[in-house]
Amino acid sequence: MRKDLVGIKDLSRKEIELILGTSSSFKDVLKRDIKKVPALRGKTAVNLFFEPSTRTRASFELAEKRLSTDVLNLSMPTSSVVKGEVLLDTAKTIDSYGIDFVVIRHSSSGAPHFIARNVSASVINAGDGINEHPTQALLDAFSIVERKGRLDGLKIAIVGDILHSRVAKSNIYLLSKFDVAIRLIGPPTMIADMADYNVDLFYDMDRGLEDVDIVMMLRIQIERQGKGIFPSIQEYAKKWGLNMQRLGLAKRDAIVMHPGPMNRGVEISSDVVDSGQSIIFDQVTNGLAVRMTVMYLLGGSQK
Amino acid sequence: MKELLNKKEIERIISRIAHEIIEKNRGTGNLCLIGIQRGGVHLAKRLFTRIKIVENADVPVGSLDITLYRDDVGIRKEQLIVRKTDVPCDITDKNIILVDDVLFTGRSIRAAMDALMDLGRPAQIQLTVLIDREHRELPIMADYIGKNIPTSRSEDIEVQLEEEGFEDKVLLIAKQ
Repeated sequence: MRKDLVGIKDLSRKEIELILGTSSSFKDVLKRDIKKVPALRGKTAVNLFFEPSTRTRASFELAEKRLSTDVLNLSMPTSSVVKGEVLLDTAKTIDSYGIDFVVIRHSSSGAPHFIARNVSASVINAGDGINEHPTQALLDAFSIVERKGRLDGLKIAIVGDILHSRVAKSNIYLLSKFDVAIRLIGPPTMIADMADYNVDLFYDMDRGLEDVDIVMMLRIQIERQGKGIFPSIQEYAKKWGLNMQRLGLAKRDAIVMHPGPMNRGVEISSDVVDSGQSIIFDQVTNGLAVRMTVMYLLGGSQK
Repeated sequence: MKELLNKKEIERIISRIAHEIIEKNRGTGNLCLIGIQRGGVHLAKRLFTRIKIVENADVPVGSLDITLYRDDVGIRKEQLIVRKTDVPCDITDKNIILVDDVLFTGRSIRAAMDALMDLGRPAQIQLTVLIDREHRELPIMADYIGKNIPTSRSEDIEVQLEEEGFEDKVLLIAKQ
């Protein structure tokens, strides 16, 4: 296995399949009374978050603890960044501590790649700017395989602000390595030009949802309202929000996913979230298993 | 390359060990067979079948993956596949018959015992191996041994089983 996981883009299909396969063994560990294994005992991980995050940080921290890794949490906006430390010095400082894993989230695309080149620790990208969020795409793929048994042959719709979403990017990169029909749905101001990838674009949600197996919703950043990207929350909800009626256009056994946190009543209605077709909370559990797997695979054998 | 055991001999060993397990435990009442992935799992299932023939009892049989409990994290060369742990019963207060194909340094058995302890608190753990090839690095010994084979560290033991698509046999191979 490679030293770092900075993106899905440069992973091979085989590597992705190894991660997905191993994740099911880790999911079994999470069902036991004792949910902790000594797989990475004596190793140390730093969670380096330059952007606020509750869920992803909690998920990584729990994954690390369940692998018996020692954990150091650094929320950077409140410490060195304020004092003007450059990213390179932050990286070198961490390396001097003798850390084994760096989990990094940063608002600048490419920051994890830069850190990875400058530290000997394994670097895991927990989200960088509008570029990638690889562990989210891996947990999404694992959740799909868990329900559908495969990725190949599926029709998957990704709905929302594709342009600004690192979750969408990583998912598109991952699904493109399999035989998946990818549909991107959203207002024209939010659809990215993914010309290098085989995707179908839909501005009309009803048409886009027809006959799909999976509906992946993205979070709408409400703070973008009034900046010319979408007119109002009400209008967005009306045209691109997922409700039970719209979900009826997808296949009868279609499943609904969302990376969280959700805006109930905006991009997704409450009854969809709580319906039997939603696997949104399974995604959270699976996130733990997948993150344990990634750390284990990066750290388990000689580099 | 030398053949140490053939199909018939392996069959006899399984049969003998099944009887030894029943005798030592005075029946099968509190037993649970757990095979270490992968070879041990097949042997545990064979013991299950043999015990059923002899005692007409269904002893619970499960599999144990020890990858996450190994002591060579970060120093081993190859990427290990994490396989399934599937233990069908609560192991607390049970007499566990741990089954592996080859007993060598004893490190796998140490890992297996740690893995078991995370699943419950067995009354007892007894160890069954098809081959004991010596060179222990830990104070571990087997309760039931198919065959003792003194080997050198420059040799490998290969257990080939039908369940993996081979003809049953055990080979002694000189390492390159």
